[in-house]
Amino acid sequence: MGEASFFRDRLLPISTVLLALVALWYVFVVVLNAPFERDQAARAGGTIGFLELLPKTMAQERPVLPAPHQVFAELWDTTVNKAVTSRRSLVYHAWITLSATLVGFAMGALLGILLAIAIVHNRAMDRSLMPWVIASQTIPILAIAPMIIVVLNAIGISGLMPKALISTYLSFFPIVVGMVKGLRSPEQIQLDLMHTYNASPAQTFWKLRWPASMPYLFTSLKVAVAISLVGAIVGELPTGAAAGLGARLLAGSYYGQTVQIWAALFMAAAVAALLVIVVGFAHGLVLKRMGARA
Amino acid sequence: MSHATPSSTVVSAKDLGLTFQTADGPVTALTGVDLAVRKGDFVSFIGPSGCGKTTFLRVIADLEKPTSGKITVNGMTPEEARNRRAYGYVFQAAALYPWRTIEKNIALPLEIMGYSKADQQARIERTLDLVNLSGFGKKYPWQLSGGMQQRASIARALAFDADLLLMDEPFGALDEIVRDHLNEQLLKLWARTNKTICFVTHSIPEAVYLSTKIVVMSPRPGRVTDVIESPLPKERPLGIRETPEFLEIAHRVREGLRAGHSYEEHV
Repeated sequence: MGEASFFRDRLLPISTVLLALVALWYVFVVVLNAPFERDQAARAGGTIGFLELLPKTMAQERPVLPAPHQVFAELWDTTVNKAVTSRRSLVYHAWITLSATLVGFAMGALLGILLAIAIVHNRAMDRSLMPWVIASQTIPILAIAPMIIVVLNAIGISGLMPKALISTYLSFFPIVVGMVKGLRSPEQIQLDLMHTYNASPAQTFWKLRWPASMPYLFTSLKVAVAISLVGAIVGELPTGAAAGLGARLLAGSYYGQTVQIWAALFMAAAVAALLVIVVGFAHGLVLKRMGARA
Repeated sequence: MSHATPSSTVVSAKDLGLTFQTADGPVTALTGVDLAVRKGDFVSFIGPSGCGKTTFLRVIADLEKPTSGKITVNGMTPEEARNRRAYGYVFQAAALYPWRTIEKNIALPLEIMGYSKADQQARIERTLDLVNLSGFGKKYPWQLSGGMQQRASIARALAFDADLLLMDEPFGALDEIVRDHLNEQLLKLWARTNKTICFVTHSIPEAVYLSTKIVVMSPRPGRVTDVIESPLPKERPLGIRETPEFLEIAHRVREGLRAGHSYEEHV
């Protein structure tokens, strides 16, 4: 093996896969959008040749599958060309969803960590809590989300909080599971050592269990932050929320605006990627401070 | 120290027994152990695996509770002694916390016991010097060799004011050359610090070379079969291992181990 090369090891494989996906996407654009064009031609009383058909499949207003360039034109138009405060701006909608995501993620992380601490330190909690934690995730979120929104609305809570709570509901789970494992990760010999010092449970927690759990915490935070976003988007669907990426998806599907739907999907993916990258960066920073091997 | 008990006995066990309740029925780890460790002694516990030597050390450390008999540490119960931080314990593995530098690892017991920052720093430097690791304080454990890691863990056990050092096969995982070197250093350290040391090993030369008293144990049930007071002088160069006196004691230890029928019973 030669020395590491950014071009050869990272850029080349990634861009090759990306190009292949885009090419495949265009193939499907033609295949899926062609029937509509043929239909139009037939109504006009004629037929349409392939070369004539080709550009038309990529320029429909409501295509079955929009072409990549249409989606990116829409993305460009709704992010760069619109003021971020405008309701037509995708940045505005993304921020609405992101704010609910972040609040939900913070609450989910806190709840998950607290539950894990309780489970690790208390045998009764371990027995009684864990089955409920697991059961909570077997309920389809799409079924319970409208209920949460309606109930909270009835007691006067609306807007960001219900969406954030759905995010919390989804995101606390991987954190509980990860942190229970993380807080239990110290070896017996390391715990015995604390015992020989007559360390208090709080000292054992802060000087041993907590630092030992960091790799587990960040791994579960990465999973949790991505599903927090899913939770916020799902939370926007049943209310017919006026703003947010979920609302954008819903409105797009009502009016057959497939380009808008795909643009919102890409925006959601970009936000998710950004969140995971930020958590990953924090992970690297913390591990570096904890003396991990370079 | 001023509060030494009249007999200056550090550890005293009378008819001590410990039976573990396991899924396969009770297992007698220790039975009828009578032993006195005097202040300043270097006592080795030797025997095949399953003879209860580590269990006995863990009983002294209050990591296991005896099920019969009596044991005192500094005239107190092991639990009281542990609460007063009467001993430093060195485990088979270094058990350094990987996210702490060597000096932070040594500071761990000091932080827990509430020593001042300045005192911590002074003790870190003193104990690093004792184990010949000066200059390695800022390194992380993974940057050190196994022998150096184990020395760091000894420094950690020496950092606070405990007169008793309990060592559970501390050099068992190291190669023989490193082990010889560390044994030599340990004797010097013992001479400089006047600590009482209880040392578990399964190596006959190691036990004879280090100890003023050798406790030979045998398994099923774990018990003491012989206690040998070593006539060797306190000053021991590595060459002492070739002398007739040394070989004579080693022979007696080997005989003691054989008398425990430990090898015949092994399946």
